[in-house]
Amino acid sequence: MTDPRGWDVDAQIALLFVALFGVLALVSIVVALRSIADDDETAQRQIQLRRDLRALWLGASVFWVSWMLGPVGATLAFGVISFLALREFITLAHTRRGDHRGLILAFFVVLPLQYGIVGLQRFDLFSVFIPVYVFLAIPVVSALAGDPERFLERNAKIQWGIMVCVFGLSHAPALLLLNLPRFGGRGAFLLFFLVVVVAVGQIAQELASRALRLRPMVRQIDRSFSLRAFAAGVAAAAVVGAAFFWITPVEPLRAAAMAALAGGCGTLGELVMRALKKDAGVRYWGNRSSVTGAVGLLDRVAPLCFAAPIFFHAVRWYF
Amino acid sequence: MTRAEAMGLLIAFIARLITGAQGHWKGCAPKAEQRIYFANHQSHLDWVLIWAALPEELRAQTRPIAAKDYWTSSRFKHWLTREVFNAVYVARQRTDDQDPLEPLVEALRNGDSLVIFPEGTRSHKGEPMPFKSGLYHLASQFPEVALIPAWIDNVQRVMPKGEVVPVPILCTVTFGAPMQLEPDEDKRAFLERARAAVMTLKPKES
Repeated sequence: MTDPRGWDVDAQIALLFVALFGVLALVSIVVALRSIADDDETAQRQIQLRRDLRALWLGASVFWVSWMLGPVGATLAFGVISFLALREFITLAHTRRGDHRGLILAFFVVLPLQYGIVGLQRFDLFSVFIPVYVFLAIPVVSALAGDPERFLERNAKIQWGIMVCVFGLSHAPALLLLNLPRFGGRGAFLLFFLVVVVAVGQIAQELASRALRLRPMVRQIDRSFSLRAFAAGVAAAAVVGAAFFWITPVEPLRAAAMAALAGGCGTLGELVMRALKKDAGVRYWGNRSSVTGAVGLLDRVAPLCFAAPIFFHAVRWYF
Repeated sequence: MTRAEAMGLLIAFIARLITGAQGHWKGCAPKAEQRIYFANHQSHLDWVLIWAALPEELRAQTRPIAAKDYWTSSRFKHWLTREVFNAVYVARQRTDDQDPLEPLVEALRNGDSLVIFPEGTRSHKGEPMPFKSGLYHLASQFPEVALIPAWIDNVQRVMPKGEVVPVPILCTVTFGAPMQLEPDEDKRAFLERARAAVMTLKPKES
């Protein structure tokens, strides 16, 4: 076998996807085999595991399809995810009648425009469109609706939802399309790197808090979050990031630093989402539909929404 | 595929995209038996939501009630209600020589299922208004048809009164256990019981 580093970009990316789907298939087969052998006691966990696996398959497929279809496909795929996440967020935010026009603006104007800008790779406009222009436009539309009750609170909710679900997530396809010197066309590796280190950071944090039975830092919000578990998550992300340095344009130490940054942001993003869920009165979103029918997509993309912008700008500043 | 079928799939897809249109079958399973679904009525979208929450194979036999004067007033409206939704038309103005329930009775005789909103009009107060007596008359004429209560949640946020563009917000339709008219139950007691059956399906505020 020849050294993959000598291959052209497309072959390397094909190898990445073969490896990704290979690992997924392997895990799925193991889970399926174990479910035959197991008794009823672990059935609940098995169901949960299978749900998570299905979500992973879906995520990997979206990743692959968005790569296959190029810039347009990538923007479209993440645009749809963004739409569904924002839909879930707004459902939980208990908006009022006067918010209607502002919400229409958010869903049908801001979201397509933001992803359109990503598709056109106008990264200067992309970074200011929502934080500056939309930030000012939403309260204007809201004021014109003529409902002064809890005005600031309502607008803050909508703005926050747009920032996280649209602005944050739109950095994922932006990474895919980012054209770096000496790294042309390998954006898929960057996105893959980001998703892997964020996932590893979260899993490591969860495992650490379970194994060490640490005292939670913010009991009211999240029982599994503690400083040491968080540090473990960041460290694990850094180690994995260093191990995967060869798919990034940087050397191992910098890859580790970037991975630690992304992993930390992802974990903190999840903590923020937990706080939001507690506030909205939802205990477990999971994949089971809740009262409002929210299906837990927001839960899954939240760490990515938080990590992607930071990671994106870290990559851009470095070059 | 005919144009009407394609239109039906498109409408169901859009309804799911905007609202999720999740059906929660709490008291019964989605089954191809003759049924009368009755639900709270808060928005113009209520019918589309129930229809989209049903499995595709049940949609063709499940028919809405449409006001004849409005829904036959233009060619497109007529085509939409007749070909896509297979609506049962009723006259809003009551004439002396005709029973307004006649078209519904005929549809039930054919073996079709119906979706009705017994409040008669849209309510905005959160609690459904008292039920009109049509449900009682249908239940007494067709004791073998299962009566399924349903609660449609959140839809008033999708399209408040006076707005034309819907906002994407997740909605659910909860279907309850089948009920029947008891042998010696009078009209008022039955309608009160039916309304209570719909209201118990309302998701608890958490």
